[in-house]
Amino acid sequence: MSRNPYMRVVPKTTWYLRNGRYLRYMAREVTCIFIGLYAIILTMGLVRLAQGPDAWNRYIAGMAEPVALVFHLVALGFACYHAMGWFNVTPKAMRIPKGDGFVPDKTIIGVHYGIWGGVSLVLLILMGVL
Amino acid sequence: MAKSNKPIVWGLFAAGGTVSAFVIPVMILITGLLVPLGVFGSEAMSYDRMTAFAGNWLVKVILFGVLTLTLWHAAHRLRVTAHDFGLRNDGPIAIAVYGLAGLFTAVALFALLSI
Repeated sequence: MSRNPYMRVVPKTTWYLRNGRYLRYMAREVTCIFIGLYAIILTMGLVRLAQGPDAWNRYIAGMAEPVALVFHLVALGFACYHAMGWFNVTPKAMRIPKGDGFVPDKTIIGVHYGIWGGVSLVLLILMGVL
Repeated sequence: MAKSNKPIVWGLFAAGGTVSAFVIPVMILITGLLVPLGVFGSEAMSYDRMTAFAGNWLVKVILFGVLTLTLWHAAHRLRVTAHDFGLRNDGPIAIAVYGLAGLFTAVALFALLSI
């Protein structure tokens, strides 16, 4: 043990502001806050639906308030950031053997983006038709 | 080998991350922006229509699955993120975030069963 050991100073709460890479990591991590809040908002919608028409109509009116719209716009951005980050690392979790090597990373990522787009499109079409 | 609950915790996190990546963006777009802005008309999410929709048992199962996995995913990632924000008492944080996810899972279950 040296008499004067080197202690690296890392600010506990602001370390990720020093570097773009850290900041992107943190942005990816905080997507969970918006996704979690949205899941709670949706769950409360089910509660209001179970309570009857008056409670449901108040919930729907609340969803059209400016603060709700701004929250959902921001949450949409974070949810897309989460989805892109999640799909971009799928090749690390899926190594599919093909011939002498593996299915290329780009193919695996591309298929995920394709399914994402397809699912989104189908839900939007169903919403418009129903 | 020592027993660990890590595979279950991480398996649910991964499942929730995948499900939420595929469907949460478009769900936010629909329920949070397009419907409130009236893009699908004022009756798009009317009480009658929504009770008919959420009254279907298959829809109930899908909604419950999406909600509980998404809540678990968010809770687990928030637990790890709390550490990155300088909150180092993992025990109470784990109880708080998993507790919240469990609470709203139960709320979603009871609400769906009474629609």
